[in-house]
Amino acid sequence: MIRLEDLTKIFRTPSGDIVAADRVNMEVPEGEICILLGPSGCGKTTALKMINRLIPPTSGKIFIGGKDTSQLNDIELRRNIGYVIQQIGLFPNMTIEENICVVPRLLQWDIKRAKTRAAELLDLVGLDARQYLKRYPKELSGGQQQRVGVIRALAADPPVMLMDEPFGAIDPINREIIQDEFLKMQSELKKTIMFVSHDIDEAVKMGDKIAIFRAGKIEQYASPDQILAHPENAFVADFVGTDRTLKRLRLLTAEEVADRNAPITSRSTKVEDARQVLAASKARFAVVIDGENRPVGFITADEMRGASGTVRELANRLPATVPIRADLRAVVSEMFAHDTMWLACTDDNGRYAGVISQPDVTTALRATYASAPDAAHDPGAP
Amino acid sequence: MTQSLGMGRIASFFLVFALGIWVSASGLTESIAMYWDDIVYLTKQHLVLVCSSGFAAILIGVPVGVLLSRPSMEKYAESIMQIFNVGTTIPTLAVVALSMTILGIGFPPAFFGLFVASLLPIIRNTYAGLLTVPAHLKEAATGMGMTRQQILWRVELPNALYVIFSGIRTALAINVGTTPLAFLIGGGGLGELIFTGIDLMDTGMLLAGAIPTAALAVAVDFLMGQAQLRLIPKGVNPLR
Repeated sequence: MIRLEDLTKIFRTPSGDIVAADRVNMEVPEGEICILLGPSGCGKTTALKMINRLIPPTSGKIFIGGKDTSQLNDIELRRNIGYVIQQIGLFPNMTIEENICVVPRLLQWDIKRAKTRAAELLDLVGLDARQYLKRYPKELSGGQQQRVGVIRALAADPPVMLMDEPFGAIDPINREIIQDEFLKMQSELKKTIMFVSHDIDEAVKMGDKIAIFRAGKIEQYASPDQILAHPENAFVADFVGTDRTLKRLRLLTAEEVADRNAPITSRSTKVEDARQVLAASKARFAVVIDGENRPVGFITADEMRGASGTVRELANRLPATVPIRADLRAVVSEMFAHDTMWLACTDDNGRYAGVISQPDVTTALRATYASAPDAAHDPGAP
Repeated sequence: MTQSLGMGRIASFFLVFALGIWVSASGLTESIAMYWDDIVYLTKQHLVLVCSSGFAAILIGVPVGVLLSRPSMEKYAESIMQIFNVGTTIPTLAVVALSMTILGIGFPPAFFGLFVASLLPIIRNTYAGLLTVPAHLKEAATGMGMTRQQILWRVELPNALYVIFSGIRTALAINVGTTPLAFLIGGGGLGELIFTGIDLMDTGMLLAGAIPTAALAVAVDFLMGQAQLRLIPKGVNPLR
């Protein structure tokens, strides 16, 4: 857990005082990622760097795991906080192994233990330890370097991590991949993370909570969905963008919206039987599956009217299927691409998992608008 | 490529051959044989001067460069470097002459003059090398909990090593080339054969001093080049 209490930073310059952080109060619960978001110069990086005292606070308190950090000296404090920066900062004079072992060695770990840990961590991000341990940073691609930058911060297993635009310098394709990898890692490691970003999409994707900064103050601190659905003021609404509803599509997966009880039928089913199944469920179409439960086509009620024989002869091809774990943005994109109102979903093995339709998606979006508790608007409400 | 290499080889072969004819015709081999004892003795003296003054310059120059690069010195470092830069424009002969006026003749002024001449490139490169270590490396190191000492030894110096080494290499090249001047203030060395040869218009004697001096300069530079290639870790060595 990280808690900031009235954290303030005033830079005294010859041309007057600059308030970079103005009585910042916030708490990041254990195991969550909190994104500090805002335009440049809003104080988000200052707030982050005060936590490991790269910038000494003017006033206020910082608690990590309930302990007041002002009791610790700088060196001790920093060795127990993982730190990742945008420029990665791998030391070019050290091999990958030496880079990862820096903090464990500073903490007087046994060499063997540190080296085992380095190999373990490389495997965790999908880099072959035997191949990469002895390489130098310049012999790795940018994406690989950034992965090493992240695991280097994890080396001594610190409970808390600070990340300063860690994926900012990577190309968009690799960024998505590394973000996904990182989220997967985090779901196991459960670190408490403060993460600076200026990219709302990244914030929505990575954050359990988002704190939006302006001029050293927190404008809103809430979950991504809350911020997108109920921006507290014009600045936040502006910052998250007019397409914020579309951004919310990323927060939901098909799994949460799809109709798992939509009627299905097999190819060898008689048309009369299929017609009865459809009539019972009041649906207008049924998904046709093969012997291994994979969706292969669909059949509509209109087509079956007055027809006989088996479903095989009347079935239409499915335009596309979507994985049930895909987020709604990907689902809607597929729907638009194929000009269809609905899509069949598949599980990890390609088996039928349900049907998702455009009305389902709009209903889901509306539900969060309608039901979201407006605590942000009315702090006095129970 | 192989063809041009072959051409080069043939050309250099002829060059060596022609040089050989000229050398034996000028009586150089005989004069070298004649002065052999002197050459050995003076080369030793020469090397003692080069090594002692060069070593002292490294010993003083690197720490001074480090000191100037510390954040606490930021205000003064540039002006101090300016003074040093002006210092480098003074010809080495003048430095040697000036040191004689203070320290008299013999080894001490020669040592001091050479020391001063090699000091400047070392300080300058150490200072510049440390300043070019990217700020984000220092930030990462600080953020990971290294102490200032640890940052200097584990991050800054290793990453500046190539530039520092280049400074030392330049300094030693200057040093070897300047050492013959030591003779002028009684410091000995191969300059004795060169300058005496010039005075006596004795080409053989002159070359008996000049050729070993040149060979020594080439050898020192070669050794330093090899050391630079092999001693500096792969990650920060642009040669590897």
